[in-house]
Amino acid sequence: MKTFRYERPDSVATAVAGVAAHPGAAFLGAGTSLVDLMKLHVEEPTLLVDVTSLSLDRIGTARDGGLVIGATVRNSDLATDPRVRAEYPLLAEAVLSGASAQIRNVATVGGNLLQRTRCPYYRDVTKPCNRRSAGSGCPALESRLPHSPHLAVLGASPACAAVHPSDLAVALTALDALIEVTGPHGTRTVPITSLYRPPGDAPPDDTVLARADMITAVRLPAATAAWPCAYRKARDRASFAFGTASVAAALRMTGDHIVDVKLAFGAVAPVPWRARHAERALTGRRPVGHVLRQAVDAELVHARPLHGNAFKVDLLRNMTVSLLSELAGRAA
Amino acid sequence: MNATGNTSAAVRLRVNGVVRELRLDNRTTLLDALREALRLTGTKKGCDHGQCGACTVLVDGRRVYSCLLLAVALPDSDVTTVEGAVRDGRLRILQRAFLDHDALQCGYCTPGQLCSALGLLIELAAEGGDGTAPAGAVRERMSGNLCRCGAYTHIVAAVTAASKTIAEGTP
Ligand SMILES: Cc1cc2nc3c(=O)[nH]c(=O)nc-3n(C[C@H](O)[C@H](O)[C@H](O)COP(=O)(O)OP(=O)(O)OC[C@H]3O[C@@H](n4cnc5c(N)ncnc54)[C@H](O)[C@@H]3O)c2cc1C
Ligand code: SF4
Ligand code: FES
Ligand code: FES
Repeated sequence: MKTFRYERPDSVATAVAGVAAHPGAAFLGAGTSLVDLMKLHVEEPTLLVDVTSLSLDRIGTARDGGLVIGATVRNSDLATDPRVRAEYPLLAEAVLSGASAQIRNVATVGGNLLQRTRCPYYRDVTKPCNRRSAGSGCPALESRLPHSPHLAVLGASPACAAVHPSDLAVALTALDALIEVTGPHGTRTVPITSLYRPPGDAPPDDTVLARADMITAVRLPAATAAWPCAYRKARDRASFAFGTASVAAALRMTGDHIVDVKLAFGAVAPVPWRARHAERALTGRRPVGHVLRQAVDAELVHARPLHGNAFKVDLLRNMTVSLLSELAGRAA
Repeated sequence: MNATGNTSAAVRLRVNGVVRELRLDNRTTLLDALREALRLTGTKKGCDHGQCGACTVLVDGRRVYSCLLLAVALPDSDVTTVEGAVRDGRLRILQRAFLDHDALQCGYCTPGQLCSALGLLIELAAEGGDGTAPAGAVRERMSGNLCRCGAYTHIVAAVTAASKTIAEGTP
């Protein structure tokens, strides 16, 4: 690890100014992602600006009745919050499906959303990687070996096919969460559905945020509160593993018809994947088997599996159809 | 705000009930502060990347991986390692259960398993309920502690039994 300075500011403005003024500076949440990458020399900040003392660790009610989750709320506190469990249970399920108790006990909401990919080449500085260093190449895609399950089947580019690892981000994408950001030029709100950048040919930027943009809160619109919703995650072992594929879904029925549905996929694309084609194909329909399968396929026709990971498309179809029919049963 | 250009800092921690004032390079993790600076070697270094649980300690009563936390970012925190946790009656019950159930082989993961199990019992108490952990819940909630010797079935049995003993003993 390279040496670095450490600051613990007491206001958001000072934190943002601190990072803006120093080209090598980075925000520090709990460090469970950043410190790991610093040990690997993937990240080499010269100044860490700790955001965990900024009193952003509360969950409150927004004016529209939705929830406002502070950026430094710990993952475990988010998952055990009574309102989250009652109104947005899929969020608690997604958080609890990720990492381990020891990590969730310290990991912050902001840090979770901005954790970097777990692609093994990205984490190994002895290998080239376009996402670490644009134009250096992508050993994952160039390999002659069957592509491992960690790569994307949706939304990859020829430059990078790494998946976004966060479970929380997938649940928030389904819920249309809004991300509150403060940067050197003031505050703004970014819908989570436009926070993450598809890789294109310039993959190093995971998100639309600039270096000194700080996440201060996540807002959940009241509209989706208390819809039947759930999170499902398939992984290599039963617990403490990143996803191979995951699905977040929430839906509302009138009579025997779906009137509204939100669907997002995780661990299958470089960004949390909002399945809008499937949503359109489900809206106004009765949730019977063939309708669900056709709707999911309306999304999965866009899948471009790589040699060796086509099973993820079938996995995703099966998981999504079974989750939607379970939710429809609950909503009816 | 400290803007002195220092890459080291004075860090004050309360470790096992004793206030310790340390001068540490900012790169020092809590794990290295415990093992190297304070010579508390009960806490083990397995992977050093948050993947195995050998380094589990309690910070302000919550179980954490000490290898991923920077000591400089934990000012005035209350840290409990396996050496200090023995003063908690619940840890002694866990130790007894580990012996009775043969829940270790080489023992390298054991301090982390014990601190993690203590953290789990604290979480269960905070969640209400009767405080006991059925085997399925223990398996899920202890998943952050790997055991290279594969003593898992015995560890799950030990933690399940200890949670029962403690729940029954609590008035
Ligand atoms: C072994 C292991 C297994 C894991 N498994 C899973 C899993 O299954 N699912 C899952 O979702 N996650 C998993 N994780 C990842 C874990 O959830 C993240 O490490 C954690 O959420 C990051 O939070 P943090 O506060 O520690 O972030 P940090 O490490 O402090 O920060 C992460 C990044 O976010 C930036 N940052 C932090 N806060 C802010 C802010 N407020 N504004 C702007 N930038 C900010 C930092 O500069 C850094 O770039 C796993 C991690 C490990 C080590
Ligand atoms: S898939 Fe992306 S992150 Fe992985 S090696 Fe290729 S460019 Fe790097
Ligand atoms: S040494 Fe910390 S988790 Fe392995
Ligand atoms: S007893 Fe050997 S690693 Fe667990």
